[in-house]
Amino acid sequence: MSDVVKLETAPRDPRFPSTNQTMTCWVRYLEWKRCQSKDGEDSDECKKLRRWAYAMCPIDWVERWEEQQQDGTFPGPKFE
Amino acid sequence: MKFFFFSFINYKVLNDAARPWQIGFQDPATPIMEGIVNLHHDIIFFLIIIIIFVSWILFRTLFLFNSKTNPVAYNFSHGTFIELLWTLTPSLVLIGIAVPSFALLYSIDEIIDPAITIKAVGRQWYWSYEYSDYVNEENEFLAFDSYILPEEDLELGQFRLLEVDNRIIIPVNTHIRIIVTGADVIHSWAVPSLGVKCDAIPGRLNQISFFIKREGIYYGQCSEICGVNHGFIPIVIEAVSFDDYIRWVQNKILD
Repeated sequence: MSDVVKLETAPRDPRFPSTNQTMTCWVRYLEWKRCQSKDGEDSDECKKLRRWAYAMCPIDWVERWEEQQQDGTFPGPKFE
Repeated sequence: MKFFFFSFINYKVLNDAARPWQIGFQDPATPIMEGIVNLHHDIIFFLIIIIIFVSWILFRTLFLFNSKTNPVAYNFSHGTFIELLWTLTPSLVLIGIAVPSFALLYSIDEIIDPAITIKAVGRQWYWSYEYSDYVNEENEFLAFDSYILPEEDLELGQFRLLEVDNRIIIPVNTHIRIIVTGADVIHSWAVPSLGVKCDAIPGRLNQISFFIKREGIYYGQCSEICGVNHGFIPIVIEAVSFDDYIRWVQNKILD
């Protein structure tokens, strides 16, 4: 028999309860980036936030933002 | 020799795709759709009473009170009781319709944490689906495009203009969150059996939640004009058991 598998995804963000989840995706992405700059990529918290950001945001958006970060044209806050 | 076997078992064939000349709903597969069908029955009850009553009044007025049959018009201008009646009765009817309607509306917005997030990206002219809960270290995850099957590739029994090459596989009895967006123009992700329709707007992520109660294959179509092939972007959801879903995800990831 298979092991017990638990499906997990990004939880609902109570700050954005309605149908429009654009801000949820943006905020999750920024939280991941902030965690990355603070704790480094390998911390468990950052891995969790990365999964949440990928769960909420389309890959096109994430890739575009990653390119913008490398080019220095990212419209969001800069986390050193 | 030929043997004829008579089956006395009634087979229930569930309607989860559009039928020719269909008037009614498709069979519901989610609590939301069941709620919509029940609300429809509640409203139709009042609707039929009102249609009969208004038609009766209209025909009586036309045939019994025209100038030939009724040359002397009545010269009273008000009647308090009847005016109260024809104000209060519609208000009560509206309350009778509003109560189940609001109950359904607010129950759709109940706060439940989903177990799976799937992104549906509308493109010209196909849907892309991303199961990015399962992203790995190299930023790879399960994603695929879903194109319509052309008529020449259909097998016997398949639906014209509704079948796709890659279906969305979803486990039953699990809370699903679908995030819908558009990549180029506005599309709309709609599956009638699940009671779900959501616009796919570029630059915006719209979230819908549902909970499929039975296994089956559910069909839908793009519901917002998006160009010349707007009628040829179907959506097919295959609801499977939890174990089948896990096996499918694992196989896809291994691929």
